Amino acid sequence: MPLNSRIPAGELAQKWGTYKSTCKLVNPANKRSIDIIVVGTGLAGASAAATLAELGYNVKTFCFQDSGRRAHSIAAQGGINAAKNYQNDGDSVFRLFYDTIKGGDYRAREANVHRLAEVSGSIIDQCVAQGVPFAREYGGLLSNRSFGGTQVQRTFYAAGQTGQQLLLGAYSAQMRQVALGKIKEYTRHEMLDVVVIDGKARGIIARNLITGEIERHGAHAVLLCTGGYGNVFFLSTNAMGSNVTAAWKAHKKGAYFGNPCFTQIHPTCIPVSGDHQSKLTLMSESLRNDGRIWVPKKQGDTRKPNEIPEEERDYYLERRYPAFGNLVPRDVASRAAKERCDAGYGVGASKMAVYLDYAAAIIRYGKIELNKQGISNADEATIIRLGKEVVKEKYGNLFDMYEKITGENPYEIPMRIYPAVHYTMGGLWVDYELMTNVPGLYALGEANFSDHGANRLGASALMQGLADGYFVIPYTIGNYLADEIRTPKIDTNQKAFEDAEQAVREQINHFINIKGQHSVDYFHKQLGKIMWDKCGMARNAEGLKQAITEIRALREEFWKDVRVPGTADEFNPELEKAGRVADFLELGELMCIDALNREESCGGHFREEYQTEEGEALRQDDQFMYVAAWENKGKEGWQLHKEDLVYDVIHPSQRNYK
Amino acid sequence: MQHSTINLNLKVWRQKNAKDSGRFETYKAENISTEMSFLEMFDVLNERLINEGKDPIAFDHDCREGICGMCSMHINGRAHGPWQGTTTCQLHMRAFKDGETITVEPWRAQAFPVIKDLTVDRSSFDRIQQAGGFVSVNTGNAQDGNALPIDKDKADASFAAAACIGCGACVAACKNASAMLFVSAKVSQYALLPQGEPERNTRVMNMVAQMDKEGFGACTNTGACEAECPKEISISNIARLNREYINAQMSL
Amino acid sequence: MTWKEYFTSSIGRKLVMAITGISLILFLIVHATVNGMIFFNDHGEMFNFYAHFLSHNYILRLIEIGLFIGFILHIVQGLMLWSQNNSKRPVKYAVNPGNATSKWYSRSMGILGSLLLIFLVIHLSHFWWGTKMALYAHGDAEHNLFEEMKNAFSKEWVVVVYLIGVISLCWHLLHGFSSAFQTLGINSPKYNGMIRNAGFIYSILICLAFAMMPIAMYFGWIA
Repeated sequence: MPLNSRIPAGELAQKWGTYKSTCKLVNPANKRSIDIIVVGTGLAGASAAATLAELGYNVKTFCFQDSGRRAHSIAAQGGINAAKNYQNDGDSVFRLFYDTIKGGDYRAREANVHRLAEVSGSIIDQCVAQGVPFAREYGGLLSNRSFGGTQVQRTFYAAGQTGQQLLLGAYSAQMRQVALGKIKEYTRHEMLDVVVIDGKARGIIARNLITGEIERHGAHAVLLCTGGYGNVFFLSTNAMGSNVTAAWKAHKKGAYFGNPCFTQIHPTCIPVSGDHQSKLTLMSESLRNDGRIWVPKKQGDTRKPNEIPEEERDYYLERRYPAFGNLVPRDVASRAAKERCDAGYGVGASKMAVYLDYAAAIIRYGKIELNKQGISNADEATIIRLGKEVVKEKYGNLFDMYEKITGENPYEIPMRIYPAVHYTMGGLWVDYELMTNVPGLYALGEANFSDHGANRLGASALMQGLADGYFVIPYTIGNYLADEIRTPKIDTNQKAFEDAEQAVREQINHFINIKGQHSVDYFHKQLGKIMWDKCGMARNAEGLKQAITEIRALREEFWKDVRVPGTADEFNPELEKAGRVADFLELGELMCIDALNREESCGGHFREEYQTEEGEALRQDDQFMYVAAWENKGKEGWQLHKEDLVYDVIHPSQRNYK
Repeated sequence: MQHSTINLNLKVWRQKNAKDSGRFETYKAENISTEMSFLEMFDVLNERLINEGKDPIAFDHDCREGICGMCSMHINGRAHGPWQGTTTCQLHMRAFKDGETITVEPWRAQAFPVIKDLTVDRSSFDRIQQAGGFVSVNTGNAQDGNALPIDKDKADASFAAAACIGCGACVAACKNASAMLFVSAKVSQYALLPQGEPERNTRVMNMVAQMDKEGFGACTNTGACEAECPKEISISNIARLNREYINAQMSL
Repeated sequence: MTWKEYFTSSIGRKLVMAITGISLILFLIVHATVNGMIFFNDHGEMFNFYAHFLSHNYILRLIEIGLFIGFILHIVQGLMLWSQNNSKRPVKYAVNPGNATSKWYSRSMGILGSLLLIFLVIHLSHFWWGTKMALYAHGDAEHNLFEEMKNAFSKEWVVVVYLIGVISLCWHLLHGFSSAFQTLGINSPKYNGMIRNAGFIYSILICLAFAMMPIAMYFGWIA
């Protein structure tokens, strides 16, 4: 099937406007007889479900958690970008578009990203109207902050809980439609297959996680808003339940998977404390503004950090990148930490961490305070006390969180940090209308591949999820459904439903009956280790080839030797995990294949063979300026389809931080 | 932090399903690192139970960073355990002593029936939200975000109430299994903003009616909810809810 | 919402408790003041005068009906809330937080209130019933309530019962006073300290005054 991104013709800035004015519409009476399934109730899912229900469609929502409000969008801390230019600092739709394309290292689609920037302002308006309590100035107007190295202040926020507030806003809109009867919500339900009839998505098979019942649900269109797949690494900043299953089942039913190897590793996370570790916690990137990062100069140094004298410390970022120092971009900082730890200079019990030290900042701020307060001849203790007060005011909540998790007081002892998997830019391939190559099957938010290229900028994930759900899908889905108004209610007694349900049942029974030796987590941890070591922050051809072999072997072992306790017809979290890990075991292989294929370094994808003399990412625009969309061929593996990226407005250049 | 290991006795509520009457079972948790979170300790225990061919303990959890509101354990008589302002997932084993016996129970309330072991059904919270926890504004109808200035203090107070994670610790901690803190947090968020004004009266009436219908108790102002709330939401919100409730009925 | 629905909702019931509670708090001030007249130590002259006035003034007797309604509403509603609230947790916890999250007397309003109810019955049978009987039997004649008090408080068991009643009342008020304000929606950093302190002082003073009466009479400090 040839890839058609269906980008409207015309000037970049006019494309979305033209599309909206010319796309097909469905009249209100017909909307009432059209059913839509939304899988996942995070920002993208909840906003799409609410908006489509408001338009008059009959919507069913599905989520595996006990409520829509639990989706992992809730954990986003920093903020949401919008080109409002409230600060009068020169922001515009074009600048937001440009920053996002450049941040993505020129691997995103121009038309999609421009549309994202265009609707960004409306998102803020909508959220404010819903009663989202954004941070405000004393004059009562919305407050902004800068984020992730952009030159303007365009990030709207609600303390460190922006994702929570935006999700609760979308959730409230969704709950309103549930009350009005336009949305039927299915919580503690997991989608286990897409049903495709005559080439079109016509429904899903879902499992009621409490009773174990397998259910058939028919619809004229299916929206997958199921988030990213960072948990393929076992340890990530994702929620424990975040998974790829919905997207993967769609992939196996024909939907192409776009750029699977593009994952974002965040440099400042609390490091692993032992084999028991179940997930990783992010510490806001803003900590690098004032902290200094270092490791001992001596390998395997076991002294406590405060016992290591200044001259025996290696401030490696400042040494290697004198111009940017501790403020190098995320990917550079992450790779540099990994390099030091791999070389044996890591700190802490696991030796997989580096220090983020606030001692110098405390002294610096203390001295500034002395000047402000007009104190002269102060002793060291006073300076430190004043400095700590300033640091507490700026970063107090983060320091508290660190102390809760590690039991160490970061005002006294340097924090230990290490990079962790955070976000996946890759996902189901979609066209301009957010439709996968399977007609009637859509992917929104992190579940699709579309807007972030090879690297996502901070505060852009919330923007994309809500843009897709509130302002894009309500238009684009009509263009498809206008031709479906003659399709009667989907009959779930059709053979395709029967077959899909049968396959799901067989897989579940298979899991229960393996009765092997090892738990699901045993395999998941091993997969995570392979992925992290060989398809993580730095990749090379040899490692990736090994990883592919190892994953295949692990997968085989999994299917022979996994132990799933309990039965299929009860609440059985181990059974749920088994299905998810089975899919991760296939996805992991595809990620390695994609990483192996992409013989260049760009954004979060760093191939060691392709770097500049200074160790920077080296793109190969002449060969790889395309979206890698992979088609699942079952036992034969995957077939690559390329969607060339055409830059009409922006001219790609090599990123340079020196 | 000096890393050490401890041994614990766990008394955990086991209940096969909603119909089962349930009972406590005791487990030994050995060589538990003090660096583990409480839920990681359960992961280790479950891994062992699976390897021994036993049924692992079912418990709710998801984000494990204290924001999704999914985790819900009553630990030694305390909702989310002994640390203040902390969810179960952020509680770490440093909080316990070697040799200690820890009793773990599910949230207990008529309106939160047990699904299995430590997992309870909190869909009643969703239904309360459906009764009025929203502003009726369709997508695309919004005016400019800065069209209505909002007093910063009110916006901040609204945010403090909106920080509720809907975990149900307030219900679990209340001797009456009352959901007043949850309901008051949602009502307060909107009551403090101009956007909430048009539906102000119907919102509070409908949400309280739904709360009663779900089988939560009435508030007797003991303050246990506030003491146990992982987001430290204040009972001044309950007073505001009461005020809204009085105003809604008394207005002409 | 109809008034019936309103006042039978969870908050509505609480409002009834708060409003009647505050009325009873006000009543206790009057009650303690009039009874405090015995401390003039004038053989109960002043006390009997006011007692007579209170039981014979028609306006006050109308208010007395209101007071009774208040008592009954407070008691019935309180008992109903207690039993309803108790039923909201059918399976109890094996381990309870004790005083870690709340004060014991705030959790014990039902028990304290029940003790008060028992006390109230005894109290009314001692004094109120006799006064009313006298009123209907002898019309406008003087009824020496002071003597009746002296009689009653010469018995040890009566003094003990009264002291238990007063102590229960004190704990009941310590929570009830500020709780009533919270229920009526009065909670603001500006006033919280004031309400808390006033509630504390009120509970202690009123209960001290009431406790002193049987004690003083029993030990014959009042002639």
